[in-house]
Amino acid sequence: MPQPILAAHNLVKHYKTLCAVDNVSLELTEGHCLGLLGPNGAGKTTTIEMLEGIVTPTTGEVLYQGNALGKAFRNQAGIMFQATALQDYITVKESLVLFSQLYPNTVPLEQLIETCTLQSFLHQDNRKLSGGQRQRLLLALALANDPTVLFLDEPTTGLDPQARRNLWTLIDTVKTQGKAILLTTHYMDEAYQLCDELVIMDHGKIIAQDTPQALLQQHFSESILQLPAAALPNNITLTEVRLKHHTERTEILTKNIDTTIKELQSQNISLAQLQIREHTLDDLFLEITGHELRQ
Amino acid sequence: MAKRLWAVFMARNIEFIRDRTALIWSLFFPLLLILAFAFAFSDDARESQHVAVFGTQPDTGFFQLKHITWHPVTDLDVGKNKISRHQYDLLINTNTQQFWYNPDSTKGYFLSQILSTKGFKQNTIEGEAIRYVHWVIPGIITMNMMFSALYGVGFVIIRYRKIGVLKRLKATPLSAFEFLTAQVLSRLAVILVTSILVFLCVAWVIDFPMRGSYLDLLILYGIGSLSMISLGLIFASRIANEEMANGVLNLITWPMILLSGIWFSVDNLHPSIQTIAHLLPLTHITEGARAIMIDGQGLWEIADNLLFCVATAVLFLAIGAYWFVWDQQ
Repeated sequence: MPQPILAAHNLVKHYKTLCAVDNVSLELTEGHCLGLLGPNGAGKTTTIEMLEGIVTPTTGEVLYQGNALGKAFRNQAGIMFQATALQDYITVKESLVLFSQLYPNTVPLEQLIETCTLQSFLHQDNRKLSGGQRQRLLLALALANDPTVLFLDEPTTGLDPQARRNLWTLIDTVKTQGKAILLTTHYMDEAYQLCDELVIMDHGKIIAQDTPQALLQQHFSESILQLPAAALPNNITLTEVRLKHHTERTEILTKNIDTTIKELQSQNISLAQLQIREHTLDDLFLEITGHELRQ
Repeated sequence: MAKRLWAVFMARNIEFIRDRTALIWSLFFPLLLILAFAFAFSDDARESQHVAVFGTQPDTGFFQLKHITWHPVTDLDVGKNKISRHQYDLLINTNTQQFWYNPDSTKGYFLSQILSTKGFKQNTIEGEAIRYVHWVIPGIITMNMMFSALYGVGFVIIRYRKIGVLKRLKATPLSAFEFLTAQVLSRLAVILVTSILVFLCVAWVIDFPMRGSYLDLLILYGIGSLSMISLGLIFASRIANEEMANGVLNLITWPMILLSGIWFSVDNLHPSIQTIAHLLPLTHITEGARAIMIDGQGLWEIADNLLFCVATAVLFLAIGAYWFVWDQQ
């Protein structure tokens, strides 16, 4: 088991009467991407900000390479906040120069520009960047000190599909450089694509933690057959399945696909529009955090 | 540390220079104000005669004349100095039965003709008249410095905090001390450069007489600016939004505008208000600037003003740095 670069032990954070984070412990190791998932208000951002040293825990501790967060951590941590503003009237290049000068050890500017593909808007004012350009710049600033540990708090929120995939590629590249990454996201496909391990939080607590595949296996043993709702009569009888009715489609959850399909055929159900799929992280997320709308 | 400080200092300077609105406002607001005053007070006509009295003022004869504003003075030299500048038309010492007037002053001449028939000994003091606009220029430049210091540092830091710039910087090795020092130095540079440009423009446009040393004035403005910027830091240290900052800054700036002798002499205020006025750094900067620019005094003569500014700069900076938080958790 590799030694953790960053370890959080029993983190608790109270805001007056609200307990935002309740006894959270986790570890980050080299070259490993840990995904922190949860519905709005689950305590993800408070947790990540305690790990970043931005928010002070009420109780518990965060250790960087075995020591309390201090100068070494500040020098070697790369942080991309959920919402970061940069100074007005400063260009992309000037922002990179500013942040590079704040750290003792830095990545050469040219390398940073190339890694994050900033060439085409290098002399543009920070205020005039598109969403994707802005996130690439913020990632570049987080990488300016060649960090050993990288925090990415919802890095692709609000981006279009191309920009999101572009950023995934960048994060994948960074991962191959051996950096420990902590990622929070609302996008389950992003978590599945980028994370080696997932931590799912709700009401300030960790409610599930494992690799994406293991979590899916733990929670789902069935496959899903999807048919248009109109294709299934109301009085249909199928053995050892669960039915989920939606407005336009019905999902048949079964442990034995062959048996279920034979039963459907025996009852003359049209299978022309049959779709078979496995459970996804979206299903898992809804399964363990519930369906109700969060405030 | 120096590298980080320099980086933040330069970033702030670039931001200010490229913000055309702020730049133009810093330069043109004081200029416009001074030019407006130059136009409004171009003939300096005063309705009343101004007579200063040293000693007990009798309530008979000449001293019962109407349309005279009487100014009791306790320091004869101060009174004589104001005669030379045409700020008083006549100075009477009732103890020695003497009076002084400026032969270049029309009002002083006529008053002297009346008083010389009453057995008072006549003395003259020569000197060039101080126009109101000349008197008010040091005050307007210091007022501009106050706005630039309080809003340029206080407001900017509060905006940085509100939009998250400070939170991002907190996540770097930059210390609060380095950040605040860079902000102070950047604003100090801005204030000194804009004040010099305003001064040069004023001197060029309205032929302003400068009797003291330019270096002394620069030193006074430098120390005075540090005091005002540090005052701005106190309010920037915790406030989380611009709306509250606006209210607080108004609460600070208005008393200083009214009581610091920018528009009228602090000497004309009630003694208790004078005491309050002398607790405000702007009063000391304005008095020091007038002493250098109008009276030709040096740093030694305005040492009290300078010391007050140094003391308040250190005190305000210490309080501001102690209270400073990057973000509201």
